[in-house]
Amino acid sequence: MAHDATAHHDDHDHKPHGFVNRWLYATNHKDIGTMYLVFSLVMFFLGGLMAMVIRAELMYPGLQLVEPEFFNQMTTMHALVMIFGAVMPAFVGLANWMVPLMVGAPDMALPRMNNWSFWIMPFAFTVLLLPLALKVFFGIGGGGPAGGWTLYPPLSLQGGDNVAFTIFAVHMMGISSIMGAINIIATILNMRAPGMDLLKMPVFVWSWLITAFLLIAVMPVLAGAVTMLLTDKFFGTTFFSATGGGDPVMFQHIFWFFGHPEVYIMILPAFGVVSEIIPTFARKPLFGYQAMVYAIASIAFLSFIVWAHHMFTVGMPLGGELFFMYATMLIAVPTGIKVFNWVFTMWKGSMTFETPMLFALGFVILFTIGGFSGLMLAIVPADFQYHDTYFVVAHFHYVLVTGAVFSIMAATYYWLPKWTGRMYNESLGNWHFWLSTIFVNLLFFPQHFLGLAGMPRRIPDYNVAFADWNFVSSIGGFGFGLSQLLFAYIVWDCARNKSLAKATDQVWEGARGLEWTVSSPAPYHSFVTPPVIDDSKLAHGDVSH
Amino acid sequence: MQDFPRRRRMGETMKRIGTMMTRLAFAASALAFSLPGFAAVDRWKLNMTPGVTEVSQQVYDIHMIILWICIVIGVLVFGAMGYAIFKFRKSKGAVAEKWSHNDKAEVVLTVVPVLILIAMAWPATKVLVNMADTRDAEMTIEITGYQWKWGYRYVDSGVRFISSLERNSDDTRQLGSGMDPNGVKNYLLDVDRPLVIPADTKVRFVITAGDVIHAWWVPKLGWKQDAIPGIINDQWTLVKEPGIYRGQCAELCGKDHGFMPIVVEVKPKAEFAQWLAAQQAPAAAPAEGATPDTAEPAAADAAPTQG
Repeated sequence: MAHDATAHHDDHDHKPHGFVNRWLYATNHKDIGTMYLVFSLVMFFLGGLMAMVIRAELMYPGLQLVEPEFFNQMTTMHALVMIFGAVMPAFVGLANWMVPLMVGAPDMALPRMNNWSFWIMPFAFTVLLLPLALKVFFGIGGGGPAGGWTLYPPLSLQGGDNVAFTIFAVHMMGISSIMGAINIIATILNMRAPGMDLLKMPVFVWSWLITAFLLIAVMPVLAGAVTMLLTDKFFGTTFFSATGGGDPVMFQHIFWFFGHPEVYIMILPAFGVVSEIIPTFARKPLFGYQAMVYAIASIAFLSFIVWAHHMFTVGMPLGGELFFMYATMLIAVPTGIKVFNWVFTMWKGSMTFETPMLFALGFVILFTIGGFSGLMLAIVPADFQYHDTYFVVAHFHYVLVTGAVFSIMAATYYWLPKWTGRMYNESLGNWHFWLSTIFVNLLFFPQHFLGLAGMPRRIPDYNVAFADWNFVSSIGGFGFGLSQLLFAYIVWDCARNKSLAKATDQVWEGARGLEWTVSSPAPYHSFVTPPVIDDSKLAHGDVSH
Repeated sequence: MQDFPRRRRMGETMKRIGTMMTRLAFAASALAFSLPGFAAVDRWKLNMTPGVTEVSQQVYDIHMIILWICIVIGVLVFGAMGYAIFKFRKSKGAVAEKWSHNDKAEVVLTVVPVLILIAMAWPATKVLVNMADTRDAEMTIEITGYQWKWGYRYVDSGVRFISSLERNSDDTRQLGSGMDPNGVKNYLLDVDRPLVIPADTKVRFVITAGDVIHAWWVPKLGWKQDAIPGIINDQWTLVKEPGIYRGQCAELCGKDHGFMPIVVEVKPKAEFAQWLAAQQAPAAAPAEGATPDTAEPAAADAAPTQG
């Protein structure tokens, strides 16, 4: 089991012994955090494998490898696995590990619920993946859902029994997310060490506090939408069928009322991570701490009033199109503030470029490129051309892969020495960054061109005019996929290789904050007595002037 | 509307700059692919088409305006960042300063983006208002999306037919067909019966679907519109130049979503009138599948698969 990566620390913290006691009955925030992160990495490779199938089929015009129906299952499952299995659990894992350490709490507020939040996930994904696995490995049934991760009816209802599997799995993930979010809010609001005022908290903690409220607000909305799909499919209701007085567009409104905040659930913690890393390696306090916090809050608020920008072509009235265009454009303001503040943080700092910093800098540039294309997509008349093309695919992969995923990798390198007590192999980390960055741009940048040239998304085959950029993109895809094996190796090596250099408690010269005051590796039980908060040593939340 | 020529000039300039950069950046690849076999297809295409209508030109112009604004902002921000990365590095002996605030900078960097956004929203709103105006159309065509073909009905004359992927493409695209897509003309972008519309005429489309959601998209017309069962959307176009313009379904609609292209043939008004008359004559084209509205509406309307 990859889990026992942290099972053999040479400390004496009375860890429970045996798999069942240590992991199945886990209540320790660090163990649960580790399980979330390992689960996320497994799902990242599984979703990545599906992406490789997609890119292999799209490498040349004509169908070479898979039937269109299976191709659609790949695009659908790739999205569901990456969103719900890789990105979200990774951030929850980071929160589990780091939030108690960053606010000076001994553990999460609700440790047994924490256990349940995690252990629902493997079962949810078993249910989600079962129809596809049965088809691929045993030839049973019709395979997984193929109607896109957005599950738009009537198409999604044309699926067979996999509809029920998908919806049940989504319900389970939703329960897990809501419990995780409650736990994080309870921890942050109740368990902070004396003197850790809200406006002294690290920005990562702030970003998660706000994200957790988004989760609680929108996961029930998704649950409602998919339950209505379920009854439409199996119990004869017609919520989304015009023939029975329902409306297919209504599903899209409800879905995206969940879906847009969901997008920010995957990016706000990334903002938090980057806001920790850049000041550390610039050796200078975060510029405009309060503005950063308010910007995250503003983005969270705006996320609730922009949902229909995913639906500009459904035929909304002019007034609706204009409202959602203006509201969406407004998001550029707080997002711009964040980017400017990161640059100001670097300005007149004293920078070094260890792997976490490289990924954080890569994040700032590449996420911003995704932000630019997002701004372009907000312009309704232009969106009439961009919508549902590879331009959109390029956009959301820039914000999710070079945005969210890059920040998760930055966070992993940043806190890995604290988790394992050893320094990872820095030169391999550098290799991983440069290979990932080069290939990911080769993978996704040409997709802007494809979309503008007229290639729709979610198609398994295309006109030969699109062949060359698709070939380039596929090469980038394979390269990016292979580069991630290096990431897995570096993490495994750091967890297991005893010959690596021991990490100091502070790990990074410019690191500030409570998590760096405990030993490396972090003891199994930390902050059993609350730490004394020394304002000058606080993370980057110095707001005394 | 009035200042359209001015914006066109602006777009023209940008287009020229864009084309220049494209040529520079891809001179090498252009050389590599200037072999005779590649001459027919516009490969390595980078940008949106300006299209063939006033609306598509406006959409293109606004796209270019925003693109260039983004590029300028990007150059400034990434330039500042790049400067910081090279100038303020520890290895060069940089010592970190302590400040973490600058109220003036924060206000400026909030207000300036708002002004830029207003400058973007203004022309976008004007184009959108123009696009939404489907009044005074001279003819109406009903478009119905089916899995996986398009139904067209000329509402005024009752002419209707189904348009689906042309056979050569369909054979080639089968898994393991062993046929080379490069050898098929307009691979996946050709149909058995194109939609024919008159040039120089404001044509209104009413768009719906018979089974699942589709989207009707011809890039050169400048827009796409979802075709949704139970809902009727409308859009319009006015093409000046006769020609053949191609597009595809743009909303995932099942396994053959990638294989329901759209071809619009724009004929001069007189030729169009002749064509329409030929379709209306009951015996003229039964073999091609065209049936007058009165003959067999139910049969032609039936969705080919389950809903």
